[in-house]
Amino acid sequence: MKKEEYLDLYQEMVVIRRLEERAAELYQQGKIGGFLHLYIGQEAVSAGISSVRQPQDRLITAYRDHGWALSAGIDAKTIMAELLGKKDGCSLGKGGSMHMADTEKNFWGGHAIVGAHIPIAAGLALGDVYQGNNDAVTICMFGDGATNIGFFHEGLNLSKVWNLPVLWVCENNQYGMGTAVDRASAVSEIRQKAEGYGMPNERIEGMDVMHVRTEVDRILKKIRKDGGPYMLEIMTYRYSGHSMGDPERYRDKEEVKRWEEEDPIGIFRKYLVGNEIATEDELDQQDAEAENVVEEAVAFAEASPEPTVEDLFEDIYVEPTPVEYRGYALENESEGR
Amino acid sequence: MARITMREAISKALWEEMERDERVFIQGEEVGVWGGTYAVTKGFYDHFGKKRVRDTPIAEAAIVGSAIGAALTGLRPVAELMTINFAFVAMDHIVNEAAKLHYMFGGQFKLPLVIRAVSGGGRQLGATHSQTPDAIFAHFPGLKVVSPGTPADAKGLLKAAIRSDDPVLFIENATLYQTKGEVPDDEDYLEPLGKSKVQREGDDVTIVAYSKMVPAALKAAEMLSEDGIESQVIDLRSLRPLDMDPIIDSFKKTNRAVIAEEGWRSYGVGSEVSARIYELAFDYVDAPVKRVAQAEVPLPYNATLEQMALPQVEDIYHAAKEVIHG
Repeated sequence: MKKEEYLDLYQEMVVIRRLEERAAELYQQGKIGGFLHLYIGQEAVSAGISSVRQPQDRLITAYRDHGWALSAGIDAKTIMAELLGKKDGCSLGKGGSMHMADTEKNFWGGHAIVGAHIPIAAGLALGDVYQGNNDAVTICMFGDGATNIGFFHEGLNLSKVWNLPVLWVCENNQYGMGTAVDRASAVSEIRQKAEGYGMPNERIEGMDVMHVRTEVDRILKKIRKDGGPYMLEIMTYRYSGHSMGDPERYRDKEEVKRWEEEDPIGIFRKYLVGNEIATEDELDQQDAEAENVVEEAVAFAEASPEPTVEDLFEDIYVEPTPVEYRGYALENESEGR
Repeated sequence: MARITMREAISKALWEEMERDERVFIQGEEVGVWGGTYAVTKGFYDHFGKKRVRDTPIAEAAIVGSAIGAALTGLRPVAELMTINFAFVAMDHIVNEAAKLHYMFGGQFKLPLVIRAVSGGGRQLGATHSQTPDAIFAHFPGLKVVSPGTPADAKGLLKAAIRSDDPVLFIENATLYQTKGEVPDDEDYLEPLGKSKVQREGDDVTIVAYSKMVPAALKAAEMLSEDGIESQVIDLRSLRPLDMDPIIDSFKKTNRAVIAEEGWRSYGVGSEVSARIYELAFDYVDAPVKRVAQAEVPLPYNATLEQMALPQVEDIYHAAKEVIHG
């Protein structure tokens, strides 16, 4: 890796952290509505995986998706605009926090029904195999909580039966909302579930971005060479509650503190300085730049226009289709696009 | 034109579209080696091969979910649900994913997807395998719901559904598979999605129907004709989008309407169509609109009880008499 790449990776993680912190503030000010699930603490996973993901590799994730959107290459501005529900958002303000995507960056969302995107991911991989895109791997992220729902089991089974090139990645942050893994899952090592489908699997630590990067790179190469699905469990930790309304009665503050001492940004910082890749000053400079990126994103989002009544009826269907508004047929058909 | 069965018409539509477009493939339970549990895809596996005729596990969420994923990559999957009763285990993927992804991501996602499913009762399959829950699916914006009543429409609508860039739920009725009719041979014969069609002209009463109730309504119309009453029979063909224009045009002439569906009356297709008649043509109403539908019971196994619960030709006939004579 070149020095530039190390610094970019570091800045990416700091931008995610700052963007989430600012999102929390904007939520408390009432500027972001709905649910807000923060990625703070898990940055090494999205940054590490995305640093070795190839452009042909499709990426799909669940609702804790802001970090993934950034790592996939979506501009912080359009992410923040989406959080504020504005017209310049990556989903035109219609998706919100849980539904961010950019198909040109091969990032397929942002899905809010727990586990529902897992069979869809199998289909993305099927699409590549069918069309002879033999070098592509679909990377499907989900939480530990999603491995207890039927979709997970149907999706994993199908991927093995059809030998689809999917890297199934469980981001095990140890709680499905407020329920600890061992209170909800018959096995506490999630990777074991892949055994039932005859699928190679392993568990790795997820707080060190370089470790995540190295391990995922190795596994992606293996899938590209051997084909078929693979399940990876990555141990991580979210510092914030499940969402903004989480009273966090299910874990004590000491536990959160212990994990914060293993902070992914702190670990990477120590690595960069310790290996004389960058100086503290250079990293402080990256922090300042990240701060700017996020502040510019907030300013952009605040200035972005509200969607209009025309936008309300846009994109219901691809093909022109009659639309109705409050019981009346509208004169213009939805244009589609 | 050839006189063929509805089963053959559906099979032809699938075959022709698969020949025409490499991106079209089918997947579902027993669609391949078995040839389809209703024999619609008989011979497909040998001709098109296992890549394009995909047998799946009995896992409807995986069938529909993976079809959605494949559609997102630009393929045009036709996912078969053995019966619509099994759509409930794939409900999330139909209504939360297929119907919403295009809109929810600001138009980025395209889903050229068809889900085929067999609906309807009358074959003594018991309560869980005999439902006509079509109206439920028509509730969701973003999904198109189509259900043909004639072999010709079955071919033209299915071909249009496969060529559509929107997700379409294509509902068939097993008791219609043997129905024969004239079907165009043309490989580009398409019927438009979202358009109702007048199947019989008449000035005295409007009968609205779809799927299995279309031939029933046409039979009732013949009986009424013997009594000197001429019915205009309108086939909805599409439940969403719902095309009211031919219905309103007809109602303004007849001032009386009967709506026939095989499913339950409550919150059903008849409820929607009659509400719209009152909204759009209240000044033309000469008699309360009548709805003919299934008795509100879980459909029983016993053949006599089952037929008692299902709407019959005679029910449509009597309902028409009532809206005319009070």
